[in-house]
Amino acid sequence: MKQNKLSYKIRQYILFAGPGTALFLAVVIVPFIYGLYLTLTSWDGVSKTKEFVGLENLAAAFKDADYWHAMLRTVIYSVFAVVFINIVSFALAYLVTQGIKGQNFFRAGFFVPNLIGGIVLGYIWKFVFNRAFVAIFSSTSLLSTTNGAMFCLILVSVWQYAGYMMLIYVAGFMSVSKDVQEASKIDGCTPSQSMRHVIIPLMRSSFVQCIFLSITRCFVVYDVNLSLTKGGPAGTSVMAAMHVYNQAFTYKNYGLGQSEAVILFAVCAIVGVTQVLIGKRGEVEA
Amino acid sequence: MNENQRAARNKKIAHAIMWIVLLVMFIAFIFPFLLVVINVFKTKGDITSNPLALIGAHGFTFKNFPAAMKKMNFLTVFLNSLTITTSATVLTILISSMTSFVIVRNGKWKFCTIIFSLMIASMVIPFQVLMVPLVSVYGNVLNSRITLILMHVGFSVSMAVFMFHGSIKTNIPIDLEESATIDGCNRWQTFWKIVFPLLKPTIATVGIINAMAYWNDYLLPSLVLKKKDLYTIPIATQAFYGTYSTDIGLIMAALLLAMLPILILYVFLQRYIVEGVTSGAVKG
Repeated sequence: MKQNKLSYKIRQYILFAGPGTALFLAVVIVPFIYGLYLTLTSWDGVSKTKEFVGLENLAAAFKDADYWHAMLRTVIYSVFAVVFINIVSFALAYLVTQGIKGQNFFRAGFFVPNLIGGIVLGYIWKFVFNRAFVAIFSSTSLLSTTNGAMFCLILVSVWQYAGYMMLIYVAGFMSVSKDVQEASKIDGCTPSQSMRHVIIPLMRSSFVQCIFLSITRCFVVYDVNLSLTKGGPAGTSVMAAMHVYNQAFTYKNYGLGQSEAVILFAVCAIVGVTQVLIGKRGEVEA
Repeated sequence: MNENQRAARNKKIAHAIMWIVLLVMFIAFIFPFLLVVINVFKTKGDITSNPLALIGAHGFTFKNFPAAMKKMNFLTVFLNSLTITTSATVLTILISSMTSFVIVRNGKWKFCTIIFSLMIASMVIPFQVLMVPLVSVYGNVLNSRITLILMHVGFSVSMAVFMFHGSIKTNIPIDLEESATIDGCNRWQTFWKIVFPLLKPTIATVGIINAMAYWNDYLLPSLVLKKKDLYTIPIATQAFYGTYSTDIGLIMAALLLAMLPILILYVFLQRYIVEGVTSGAVKG
Protein backbone atom coordinates (compact mmCIF):
# COMPACT_ATOMS: atom_id res chain seq x y z
CA MET A 1 0.00 0.00 0.00
CA LYS A 2 1.90 3.04 -1.16
CA GLN A 3 -0.86 5.35 0.14
CA ASN A 4 0.06 4.67 3.75
CA LYS A 5 3.80 5.10 3.47
CA LEU A 6 5.13 8.03 5.44
CA SER A 7 7.22 9.40 2.57
CA TYR A 8 4.15 9.42 0.31
CA LYS A 9 2.12 11.22 2.96
CA ILE A 10 4.84 13.81 3.46
CA ARG A 11 5.11 14.42 -0.27
CA GLN A 12 1.33 14.86 -0.51
CA TYR A 13 1.39 17.20 2.45
CA ILE A 14 4.10 19.41 0.98
CA LEU A 15 2.39 19.49 -2.40
CA PHE A 16 -1.01 20.54 -1.05
CA ALA A 17 -0.45 22.12 2.33
CA GLY A 18 3.13 23.32 1.97
CA PRO A 19 2.42 26.93 0.98
CA GLY A 20 -0.39 27.36 3.50
CA THR A 21 1.58 25.90 6.37
CA ALA A 22 4.71 27.86 5.49
CA LEU A 23 2.89 31.20 5.33
CA PHE A 24 0.99 30.49 8.52
CA LEU A 25 4.17 29.61 10.41
CA ALA A 26 6.09 32.54 8.95
CA VAL A 27 3.48 35.20 9.66
CA VAL A 28 1.79 33.98 12.83
CA ILE A 29 3.80 31.43 14.77
CA VAL A 30 7.34 32.73 14.23
CA PRO A 31 6.44 36.34 15.12
CA PHE A 32 4.44 35.14 18.11
CA ILE A 33 7.39 33.22 19.56
CA TYR A 34 9.86 35.91 18.58
CA GLY A 35 7.55 38.44 20.21
CA LEU A 36 7.73 36.54 23.49
CA TYR A 37 11.51 36.78 23.23
CA LEU A 38 11.32 40.50 22.48
CA THR A 39 9.53 41.12 25.78
CA LEU A 40 12.79 40.08 27.46
CA THR A 41 14.90 42.64 25.62
CA SER A 42 15.17 46.41 25.57
CA TRP A 43 15.11 47.22 21.89
CA ASP A 44 14.66 50.63 20.31
CA GLY A 45 13.71 49.32 16.88
CA VAL A 46 16.91 50.45 15.17
CA SER A 47 20.01 49.08 16.86
CA LYS A 48 21.39 45.69 15.80
CA THR A 49 21.87 44.40 19.31
CA LYS A 50 18.93 43.66 21.55
CA GLU A 51 20.04 43.87 25.14
CA PHE A 52 18.64 41.12 27.34
CA VAL A 53 16.85 42.59 30.34
CA GLY A 54 14.85 39.64 31.67
CA LEU A 55 11.54 40.49 33.22
CA GLU A 56 12.21 44.21 33.50
CA ASN A 57 9.75 45.07 30.72
CA LEU A 58 7.01 43.07 32.32
CA ALA A 59 7.60 44.83 35.62
CA ALA A 60 7.63 48.19 33.83
CA ALA A 61 4.40 47.30 32.02
CA PHE A 62 2.72 46.61 35.34
CA LYS A 63 3.93 49.97 36.63
CA ASP A 64 2.94 51.91 33.49
CA ALA A 65 -0.03 53.91 34.81
CA ASP A 66 -0.98 55.19 31.34
CA TYR A 67 -1.25 51.63 30.11
CA TRP A 68 -3.59 50.56 32.89
CA HIS A 69 -5.70 53.68 32.41
CA ALA A 70 -5.98 52.78 28.74
CA MET A 71 -6.88 49.21 29.73
CA LEU A 72 -9.57 50.37 32.17
CA ARG A 73 -10.95 52.71 29.52
CA THR A 74 -11.02 49.82 27.05
CA VAL A 75 -12.95 47.68 29.53
CA ILE A 76 -15.51 50.46 30.17
CA TYR A 77 -15.83 51.17 26.46
CA SER A 78 -16.20 47.47 25.65
CA VAL A 79 -18.88 46.87 28.28
CA PHE A 80 -21.06 49.72 27.02
CA ALA A 81 -20.40 49.01 23.36
CA VAL A 82 -21.07 45.26 23.66
CA VAL A 83 -24.32 45.76 25.58
CA PHE A 84 -25.69 48.34 23.15
CA ILE A 85 -24.46 46.58 20.02
CA ASN A 86 -26.36 43.48 21.08
CA ILE A 87 -29.52 45.28 22.16
CA VAL A 88 -29.72 47.29 18.95
CA SER A 89 -28.83 44.40 16.66
CA PHE A 90 -31.29 42.04 18.36
CA ALA A 91 -34.07 44.61 18.05
CA LEU A 92 -33.24 45.21 14.39
CA ALA A 93 -33.11 41.48 13.71
CA TYR A 94 -36.53 41.06 15.33
CA LEU A 95 -38.01 43.87 13.23
CA VAL A 96 -36.63 42.61 9.93
CA THR A 97 -37.90 39.05 10.42
CA GLN A 98 -41.59 39.94 10.91
CA GLY A 99 -42.42 39.78 7.22
CA ILE A 100 -42.63 43.54 6.84
CA LYS A 101 -42.62 45.03 3.37
CA GLY A 102 -39.11 45.87 2.24
CA GLN A 103 -37.39 43.99 5.05
CA ASN A 104 -34.59 42.81 2.77
CA PHE A 105 -33.92 46.39 1.80
CA PHE A 106 -33.68 47.39 5.47
CA ARG A 107 -31.37 44.46 6.22
CA ALA A 108 -29.08 45.48 3.38
CA GLY A 109 -29.13 49.10 4.55
CA PHE A 110 -28.24 48.38 8.17
CA PHE A 111 -25.27 46.35 6.98
CA VAL A 112 -23.71 49.19 4.97
CA PRO A 113 -21.38 50.54 7.73
CA ASN A 114 -19.64 47.15 7.80
CA LEU A 115 -18.57 47.50 4.20
CA ILE A 116 -16.42 50.49 4.94
CA GLY A 117 -13.18 50.53 6.87
CA GLY A 118 -12.90 52.00 10.36
CA ILE A 119 -10.61 54.80 9.20
CA VAL A 120 -13.14 56.23 6.76
CA LEU A 121 -16.05 55.72 9.19
CA GLY A 122 -14.17 57.56 11.91
CA TYR A 123 -13.52 60.57 9.70
CA ILE A 124 -17.14 60.70 8.56
CA TRP A 125 -18.35 60.74 12.15
CA LYS A 126 -15.74 63.28 13.10
CA PHE A 127 -17.37 65.56 10.55
CA VAL A 128 -20.82 64.74 11.93
CA PHE A 129 -19.83 65.47 15.52
CA ASN A 130 -17.66 68.50 14.85
CA ARG A 131 -19.79 70.23 12.23
CA ALA A 132 -23.32 68.89 11.85
CA PHE A 133 -24.18 68.27 15.51
CA VAL A 134 -22.54 71.55 16.46
CA ALA A 135 -24.76 73.28 13.91
CA ILE A 136 -27.93 71.44 15.01
CA PHE A 137 -27.51 71.83 18.76
CA SER A 138 -25.35 74.97 18.58
CA SER A 139 -23.05 73.62 21.29
CA THR A 140 -19.37 72.74 21.43
CA SER A 141 -18.33 69.46 19.87
CA LEU A 142 -18.78 66.32 21.95
CA LEU A 143 -15.35 65.20 20.80
CA SER A 144 -13.68 68.00 22.75
CA THR A 145 -14.74 66.66 26.16
CA THR A 146 -13.41 63.54 27.86
CA ASN A 147 -16.73 61.81 28.47
CA GLY A 148 -18.06 63.08 25.17
CA ALA A 149 -15.21 61.46 23.24
CA MET A 150 -15.86 58.13 24.95
CA PHE A 151 -19.56 58.46 24.22
CA CYS A 152 -18.80 59.16 20.56
CA LEU A 153 -16.55 56.11 20.31
CA ILE A 154 -19.26 53.90 21.80
CA LEU A 155 -21.93 55.37 19.53
CA VAL A 156 -19.86 54.88 16.40
CA SER A 157 -18.97 51.30 17.37
CA VAL A 158 -22.63 50.45 17.96
CA TRP A 159 -23.52 51.95 14.61
CA GLN A 160 -20.63 50.13 12.93
CA TYR A 161 -21.28 46.62 14.25
CA ALA A 162 -25.07 46.53 14.81
CA GLY A 163 -25.78 45.60 11.20
CA TYR A 164 -23.29 42.74 11.25
CA MET A 165 -24.56 41.27 14.51
CA MET A 166 -28.10 41.76 13.20
CA LEU A 167 -27.35 39.28 10.41
CA ILE A 168 -26.29 36.66 12.97
CA TYR A 169 -29.44 37.25 15.03
CA VAL A 170 -31.54 37.06 11.86
CA ALA A 171 -30.02 33.65 11.16
CA GLY A 172 -30.88 32.76 14.78
CA PHE A 173 -34.50 33.85 14.39
CA MET A 174 -34.80 31.83 11.19
CA SER A 175 -33.46 28.72 12.89
CA VAL A 176 -36.18 28.75 15.57
CA SER A 177 -38.78 26.61 13.88
CA LYS A 178 -42.28 27.94 13.31
CA ASP A 179 -43.75 24.79 14.94
CA VAL A 180 -42.25 25.62 18.30
CA GLN A 181 -43.58 29.16 18.13
CA GLU A 182 -47.04 27.93 17.16
CA ALA A 183 -46.96 25.40 19.98
CA SER A 184 -46.11 28.07 22.55
CA LYS A 185 -48.99 30.18 21.23
CA ILE A 186 -51.44 27.27 21.56
CA ASP A 187 -50.17 26.62 25.07
CA GLY A 188 -51.26 30.16 25.91
CA CYS A 189 -48.08 32.22 25.71
CA THR A 190 -48.43 35.90 24.92
CA PRO A 191 -45.95 37.08 22.27
CA SER A 192 -43.65 38.54 24.91
CA GLN A 193 -43.78 35.32 26.96
CA SER A 194 -42.93 33.15 23.99
CA MET A 195 -40.08 35.54 23.18
CA ARG A 196 -38.69 35.31 26.70
CA HIS A 197 -39.21 31.65 27.43
CA VAL A 198 -39.08 30.01 24.01
CA ILE A 199 -37.34 32.03 21.32
CA ILE A 200 -34.50 33.64 23.29
CA PRO A 201 -33.41 30.39 25.02
CA LEU A 202 -33.37 28.66 21.63
CA MET A 203 -31.22 31.44 20.20
CA ARG A 204 -28.62 31.12 22.90
CA SER A 205 -25.87 30.17 20.46
CA SER A 206 -26.49 33.36 18.47
CA PHE A 207 -26.10 35.38 21.65
CA VAL A 208 -22.90 33.58 22.60
CA GLN A 209 -21.51 34.21 19.15
CA CYS A 210 -22.50 37.87 18.89
CA ILE A 211 -21.23 38.69 22.36
CA PHE A 212 -17.97 36.86 21.68
CA LEU A 213 -17.47 38.64 18.35
CA SER A 214 -18.32 42.06 19.73
CA ILE A 215 -16.05 41.64 22.77
CA THR A 216 -13.08 40.51 20.71
CA ARG A 217 -13.56 43.37 18.26
CA CYS A 218 -14.08 46.07 20.87
CA PHE A 219 -11.10 44.99 22.91
CA VAL A 220 -8.62 45.64 20.13
CA VAL A 221 -10.37 48.68 18.61
CA TYR A 222 -7.83 50.81 16.76
CA ASP A 223 -8.93 52.25 13.39
CA VAL A 224 -11.95 54.19 14.64
CA ASN A 225 -10.04 55.27 17.72
CA LEU A 226 -7.30 56.68 15.50
CA SER A 227 -9.48 58.52 13.01
CA LEU A 228 -12.31 59.67 15.29
CA THR A 229 -10.53 60.90 18.42
CA LYS A 230 -6.84 60.22 17.81
CA GLY A 231 -6.74 59.49 21.54
CA GLY A 232 -7.78 63.02 22.36
CA PRO A 233 -8.69 65.25 24.04
CA ALA A 234 -5.30 65.17 25.79
CA GLY A 235 -4.90 61.39 25.57
CA THR A 236 -8.10 60.66 27.47
CA SER A 237 -9.55 58.34 24.85
CA VAL A 238 -6.45 56.26 24.11
CA MET A 239 -7.51 52.61 24.08
CA ALA A 240 -5.20 49.73 24.94
CA ALA A 241 -4.40 48.88 21.31
CA MET A 242 -3.49 52.47 20.53
CA HIS A 243 -1.35 52.70 23.64
CA VAL A 244 0.55 49.58 22.57
CA TYR A 245 1.06 51.01 19.11
CA ASN A 246 2.33 54.34 20.45
CA GLN A 247 4.56 52.69 23.03
CA ALA A 248 6.29 50.62 20.36
CA PHE A 249 6.26 52.73 17.22
CA THR A 250 6.02 56.31 18.47
CA TYR A 251 8.15 56.16 21.61
CA LYS A 252 10.33 53.32 20.26
CA ASN A 253 10.03 51.20 23.40
CA TYR A 254 9.62 47.98 21.45
CA GLY A 255 10.29 45.63 24.35
CA LEU A 256 7.89 47.41 26.66
CA GLY A 257 5.26 47.81 23.94
CA GLN A 258 5.48 44.11 23.14
CA SER A 259 5.11 43.19 26.83
CA GLU A 260 2.00 45.32 27.03
CA ALA A 261 0.67 43.69 23.87
CA VAL A 262 1.21 40.26 25.41
CA ILE A 263 -0.73 41.32 28.51
CA LEU A 264 -3.52 42.57 26.23
CA PHE A 265 -3.52 39.19 24.50
CA ALA A 266 -3.73 37.37 27.85
CA VAL A 267 -6.66 39.52 28.95
CA CYS A 268 -8.44 38.96 25.61
CA ALA A 269 -7.89 35.23 25.77
CA ILE A 270 -9.17 34.95 29.35
CA VAL A 271 -12.26 37.06 28.64
CA GLY A 272 -13.01 35.22 25.41
CA VAL A 273 -12.58 31.71 26.80
CA THR A 274 -14.58 32.46 29.97
CA GLN A 275 -17.41 33.91 27.96
CA VAL A 276 -17.57 30.94 25.58
CA LEU A 277 -17.47 28.48 28.52
CA ILE A 278 -20.28 30.28 30.36
CA GLY A 279 -22.29 30.52 27.17
CA LYS A 280 -21.91 26.85 26.25
CA ARG A 281 -22.99 25.63 29.67
CA GLY A 282 -26.63 26.57 29.44
CA GLU A 283 -27.34 25.68 25.82
CA VAL A 284 -30.79 24.23 25.16
CA GLU A 285 -32.08 22.11 22.34
CA ALA A 286 -35.54 22.19 20.89
CA MET B 1 -66.10 42.64 13.29
CA ASN B 2 -65.23 39.03 14.02
CA GLU B 3 -62.17 37.67 15.74
CA ASN B 4 -60.21 37.07 12.53
CA GLN B 5 -60.79 40.52 11.17
CA ARG B 6 -59.70 42.08 14.43
CA ALA B 7 -56.54 39.98 14.50
CA ALA B 8 -55.80 40.95 10.92
CA ARG B 9 -56.32 44.62 11.71
CA ASN B 10 -54.09 44.47 14.80
CA LYS B 11 -51.40 42.80 12.77
CA LYS B 12 -51.63 45.52 10.15
CA ILE B 13 -51.26 48.24 12.78
CA ALA B 14 -48.33 46.44 14.40
CA HIS B 15 -46.63 46.15 11.02
CA ALA B 16 -47.16 49.81 10.29
CA ILE B 17 -45.58 50.79 13.60
CA MET B 18 -42.65 48.45 13.05
CA TRP B 19 -42.20 49.82 9.57
CA ILE B 20 -42.01 53.37 10.89
CA VAL B 21 -39.49 52.35 13.57
CA LEU B 22 -37.39 50.64 10.91
CA LEU B 23 -37.54 53.66 8.66
CA VAL B 24 -36.41 55.98 11.47
CA MET B 25 -33.55 53.63 12.32
CA PHE B 26 -32.64 53.37 8.67
CA ILE B 27 -32.45 57.14 8.27
CA ALA B 28 -30.34 57.36 11.44
CA PHE B 29 -28.05 54.69 10.00
CA ILE B 30 -27.46 56.37 6.67
CA PHE B 31 -27.52 59.95 7.99
CA PRO B 32 -23.69 60.26 8.15
CA PHE B 33 -23.37 59.03 4.57
CA LEU B 34 -26.08 61.41 3.36
CA LEU B 35 -24.29 64.27 5.03
CA VAL B 36 -21.09 63.47 3.13
CA VAL B 37 -22.98 63.24 -0.14
CA ILE B 38 -24.70 66.63 0.21
CA ASN B 39 -21.53 68.38 1.33
CA VAL B 40 -19.39 67.05 -1.46
CA PHE B 41 -21.08 69.47 -3.83
CA LYS B 42 -20.56 72.57 -1.67
CA THR B 43 -17.74 75.04 -1.41
CA LYS B 44 -15.56 75.06 1.68
CA GLY B 45 -17.22 78.22 3.00
CA ASP B 46 -20.74 76.86 2.52
CA ILE B 47 -19.91 73.67 4.42
CA THR B 48 -18.56 75.62 7.36
CA SER B 49 -21.46 78.06 7.50
CA ASN B 50 -24.18 75.44 7.16
CA PRO B 51 -23.26 71.76 6.92
CA LEU B 52 -26.93 70.73 6.90
CA ALA B 53 -28.19 72.75 3.94
CA LEU B 54 -29.00 70.62 0.92
CA ILE B 55 -27.52 73.18 -1.45
CA GLY B 56 -24.88 75.69 -0.41
CA ALA B 57 -25.41 79.46 -0.70
CA HIS B 58 -22.94 79.52 -3.57
CA GLY B 59 -24.74 76.73 -5.43
CA PHE B 60 -23.36 73.43 -6.67
CA THR B 61 -19.69 72.93 -7.19
CA PHE B 62 -18.05 69.99 -8.83
CA LYS B 63 -14.53 71.15 -8.08
CA ASN B 64 -13.99 69.05 -4.94
CA PHE B 65 -13.98 65.72 -6.75
CA PRO B 66 -11.30 66.25 -9.37
CA ALA B 67 -9.13 68.17 -6.89
CA ALA B 68 -9.32 65.41 -4.27
CA MET B 69 -8.78 62.73 -6.89
CA LYS B 70 -5.62 64.41 -8.06
CA LYS B 71 -4.23 65.24 -4.62
CA MET B 72 -4.99 61.79 -3.26
CA ASN B 73 -3.54 60.18 -6.37
CA PHE B 74 -6.75 58.20 -6.41
CA LEU B 75 -6.24 56.11 -9.52
CA THR B 76 -2.89 54.70 -8.32
CA VAL B 77 -4.22 54.15 -4.83
CA PHE B 78 -7.34 52.44 -6.13
CA LEU B 79 -5.32 50.15 -8.38
CA ASN B 80 -3.01 49.28 -5.47
CA SER B 81 -5.97 48.32 -3.31
CA LEU B 82 -7.51 46.36 -6.16
CA THR B 83 -4.34 44.41 -6.99
CA ILE B 84 -3.58 43.61 -3.37
CA THR B 85 -7.14 42.61 -2.50
CA THR B 86 -7.68 40.42 -5.57
CA SER B 87 -4.36 38.59 -5.42
CA ALA B 88 -4.54 38.03 -1.69
CA THR B 89 -8.13 36.76 -1.93
CA VAL B 90 -7.40 34.34 -4.78
CA LEU B 91 -4.28 33.05 -3.04
CA THR B 92 -6.13 32.61 0.24
CA ILE B 93 -8.82 30.52 -1.45
CA LEU B 94 -6.39 28.29 -3.38
CA ILE B 95 -3.87 27.78 -0.60
CA SER B 96 -6.38 27.24 2.21
CA SER B 97 -8.60 24.82 0.32
CA MET B 98 -5.56 22.72 -0.64
CA THR B 99 -4.29 22.74 2.93
CA SER B 100 -7.63 21.68 4.38
CA PHE B 101 -7.96 18.87 1.83
CA VAL B 102 -4.79 17.19 3.05
CA ILE B 103 -5.64 17.83 6.69
CA VAL B 104 -9.13 16.34 6.41
CA ARG B 105 -8.05 13.27 4.44
CA ASN B 106 -5.18 12.53 6.83
CA GLY B 107 -7.30 12.99 9.94
CA LYS B 108 -5.53 10.17 11.76
CA TRP B 109 -2.04 11.49 11.14
CA LYS B 110 -0.77 13.20 14.34
CA PHE B 111 1.17 15.83 12.41
CA CYS B 112 -1.98 17.12 10.67
CA THR B 113 -3.91 17.25 13.92
CA ILE B 114 -1.16 19.31 15.50
CA ILE B 115 -1.01 21.82 12.65
CA PHE B 116 -4.80 22.11 12.60
CA SER B 117 -5.02 22.66 16.37
CA LEU B 118 -2.24 25.23 16.13
CA MET B 119 -4.26 27.10 13.50
CA ILE B 120 -7.44 27.02 15.57
CA ALA B 121 -5.61 28.20 18.68
CA SER B 122 -3.89 31.01 16.78
CA MET B 123 -7.23 32.61 15.91
CA VAL B 124 -7.43 34.23 19.36
CA ILE B 125 -4.14 36.11 18.88
CA PRO B 126 -4.86 39.80 18.30
CA PHE B 127 -2.80 41.50 15.62
CA GLN B 128 -1.30 43.89 18.18
CA VAL B 129 0.77 41.03 19.62
CA LEU B 130 2.28 40.20 16.25
CA MET B 131 2.92 43.63 14.77
CA VAL B 132 6.16 44.50 16.55
CA PRO B 133 7.93 41.18 15.91
CA LEU B 134 6.53 41.11 12.37
CA VAL B 135 8.07 44.46 11.52
CA SER B 136 11.28 43.43 13.21
CA VAL B 137 11.62 40.03 11.45
CA TYR B 138 10.58 41.25 8.00
CA GLY B 139 12.11 44.73 8.20
CA ASN B 140 14.12 44.09 5.03
CA VAL B 141 11.25 43.15 2.77
CA LEU B 142 8.80 45.90 3.67
CA ASN B 143 7.59 48.41 1.09
CA SER B 144 6.53 45.71 -1.30
CA ARG B 145 3.07 44.71 -2.44
CA ILE B 146 4.08 41.06 -2.56
CA THR B 147 5.12 41.08 1.08
CA LEU B 148 1.78 42.59 2.06
CA ILE B 149 -0.15 40.06 -0.04
CA LEU B 150 1.69 37.11 1.49
CA MET B 151 1.20 38.50 4.99
CA HIS B 152 -2.52 38.99 4.38
CA VAL B 153 -2.76 35.37 3.23
CA GLY B 154 -0.71 34.10 6.18
CA PHE B 155 -3.00 35.85 8.65
CA SER B 156 -6.20 34.50 7.13
CA VAL B 157 -5.05 30.95 6.40
CA SER B 158 -6.13 29.59 9.80
CA MET B 159 -9.69 30.91 9.61
CA ALA B 160 -10.08 29.88 5.96
CA VAL B 161 -8.66 26.39 6.59
CA PHE B 162 -11.11 26.03 9.46
CA MET B 163 -14.04 26.85 7.16
CA PHE B 164 -12.89 24.64 4.28
CA HIS B 165 -12.16 21.86 6.76
CA GLY B 166 -15.77 21.81 7.91
CA SER B 167 -17.08 21.96 4.39
CA ILE B 168 -14.88 19.16 3.00
CA LYS B 169 -15.56 16.94 5.99
CA THR B 170 -19.34 17.22 5.83
CA ASN B 171 -20.07 17.79 2.12
CA ILE B 172 -17.58 15.76 0.11
CA PRO B 173 -18.16 11.99 0.34
CA ILE B 174 -14.93 10.05 0.22
CA ASP B 175 -16.53 7.56 -2.21
CA LEU B 176 -16.51 10.30 -4.80
CA GLU B 177 -12.74 10.63 -4.55
CA GLU B 178 -12.27 6.87 -4.58
CA SER B 179 -14.24 6.52 -7.80
CA ALA B 180 -12.19 9.34 -9.30
CA THR B 181 -9.04 7.41 -8.36
CA ILE B 182 -10.44 4.28 -9.99
CA ASP B 183 -11.18 6.30 -13.10
CA GLY B 184 -7.48 7.20 -13.21
CA CYS B 185 -7.21 10.54 -11.46
CA ASN B 186 -4.23 11.17 -9.23
CA ARG B 187 -4.67 13.16 -6.00
CA TRP B 188 -3.88 16.47 -7.68
CA GLN B 189 -6.44 15.93 -10.45
CA THR B 190 -9.01 14.60 -7.97
CA PHE B 191 -8.71 17.75 -5.93
CA TRP B 192 -8.98 20.23 -8.78
CA LYS B 193 -11.55 18.35 -10.89
CA ILE B 194 -13.79 16.85 -8.23
CA VAL B 195 -13.33 18.43 -4.80
CA PHE B 196 -12.61 22.08 -5.57
CA PRO B 197 -15.67 22.67 -7.78
CA LEU B 198 -17.90 21.20 -5.06
CA LEU B 199 -16.59 23.74 -2.54
CA LYS B 200 -18.17 26.68 -4.38
CA PRO B 201 -20.38 27.97 -1.52
CA THR B 202 -17.46 27.97 0.92
CA ILE B 203 -15.20 29.55 -1.70
CA ALA B 204 -17.71 32.39 -2.04
CA THR B 205 -17.94 32.87 1.72
CA VAL B 206 -14.18 32.80 2.30
CA GLY B 207 -13.63 35.06 -0.70
CA ILE B 208 -16.16 37.71 0.34
CA ILE B 209 -15.13 37.85 3.99
CA ASN B 210 -11.44 38.10 3.20
CA ALA B 211 -11.79 40.50 0.28
CA MET B 212 -13.69 42.92 2.52
CA ALA B 213 -11.13 42.55 5.30
CA TYR B 214 -8.17 43.14 2.94
CA TRP B 215 -9.81 46.08 1.21
CA ASN B 216 -10.53 47.87 4.49
CA ASP B 217 -7.49 46.88 6.52
CA TYR B 218 -5.46 49.79 7.79
CA LEU B 219 -2.98 48.69 10.44
CA LEU B 220 -1.04 45.98 8.60
CA PRO B 221 -0.74 47.88 5.29
CA SER B 222 0.29 51.03 7.17
CA LEU B 223 3.16 49.09 8.75
CA VAL B 224 4.27 47.42 5.53
CA LEU B 225 3.76 50.14 2.91
CA LYS B 226 5.64 53.32 3.77
CA LYS B 227 6.06 54.69 0.25
CA LYS B 228 3.43 57.00 -1.16
CA ASP B 229 3.06 55.27 -4.49
CA LEU B 230 2.27 51.95 -2.76
CA TYR B 231 -0.52 53.30 -0.52
CA THR B 232 -3.89 51.56 -0.37
CA ILE B 233 -7.17 53.45 0.01
CA PRO B 234 -7.35 53.44 3.85
CA ILE B 235 -3.75 54.63 4.25
CA ALA B 236 -4.17 57.26 1.56
CA THR B 237 -7.34 58.52 3.23
CA GLN B 238 -5.55 58.80 6.54
CA ALA B 239 -2.58 60.61 5.01
CA PHE B 240 -4.88 62.88 3.03
CA TYR B 241 -6.85 63.82 6.14
CA GLY B 242 -3.64 64.70 7.92
CA THR B 243 -2.55 67.05 5.12
CA TYR B 244 -5.82 68.72 4.12
CA SER B 245 -7.89 68.56 7.30
CA THR B 246 -8.80 72.26 7.01
CA ASP B 247 -10.05 72.00 3.45
CA ILE B 248 -13.29 70.29 4.37
CA GLY B 249 -14.69 70.18 0.83
CA LEU B 250 -11.72 68.14 -0.33
CA ILE B 251 -12.07 65.87 2.69
CA MET B 252 -15.71 65.16 1.84
CA ALA B 253 -14.76 64.25 -1.71
CA ALA B 254 -11.91 62.01 -0.53
CA LEU B 255 -14.16 60.18 1.94
CA LEU B 256 -16.78 59.61 -0.73
CA LEU B 257 -14.13 58.37 -3.16
CA ALA B 258 -12.86 55.97 -0.53
CA MET B 259 -16.35 54.51 -0.03
CA LEU B 260 -17.60 54.54 -3.58
CA PRO B 261 -15.95 51.40 -5.04
CA ILE B 262 -17.28 49.05 -2.38
CA LEU B 263 -20.71 50.70 -2.30
CA ILE B 264 -21.06 50.27 -6.06
CA LEU B 265 -20.03 46.65 -5.74
CA TYR B 266 -22.55 46.20 -2.93
CA VAL B 267 -25.41 47.41 -5.12
CA PHE B 268 -24.74 44.57 -7.54
CA LEU B 269 -23.57 41.79 -5.22
CA GLN B 270 -25.67 42.68 -2.19
CA ARG B 271 -27.35 39.28 -1.89
CA TYR B 272 -24.07 37.36 -2.10
CA ILE B 273 -22.27 39.65 0.32
CA VAL B 274 -25.03 39.42 2.94
CA GLU B 275 -25.26 35.63 2.53
CA GLY B 276 -21.50 35.18 2.57
CA VAL B 277 -21.02 37.26 5.68
CA THR B 278 -23.88 35.49 7.48
CA SER B 279 -22.69 31.97 6.74
CA GLY B 280 -19.11 32.99 7.52
CA ALA B 281 -20.09 34.43 10.88
CA VAL B 282 -22.31 31.52 11.80
CA LYS B 283 -19.65 28.93 10.96
CA GLY B 284 -16.74 30.88 12.40
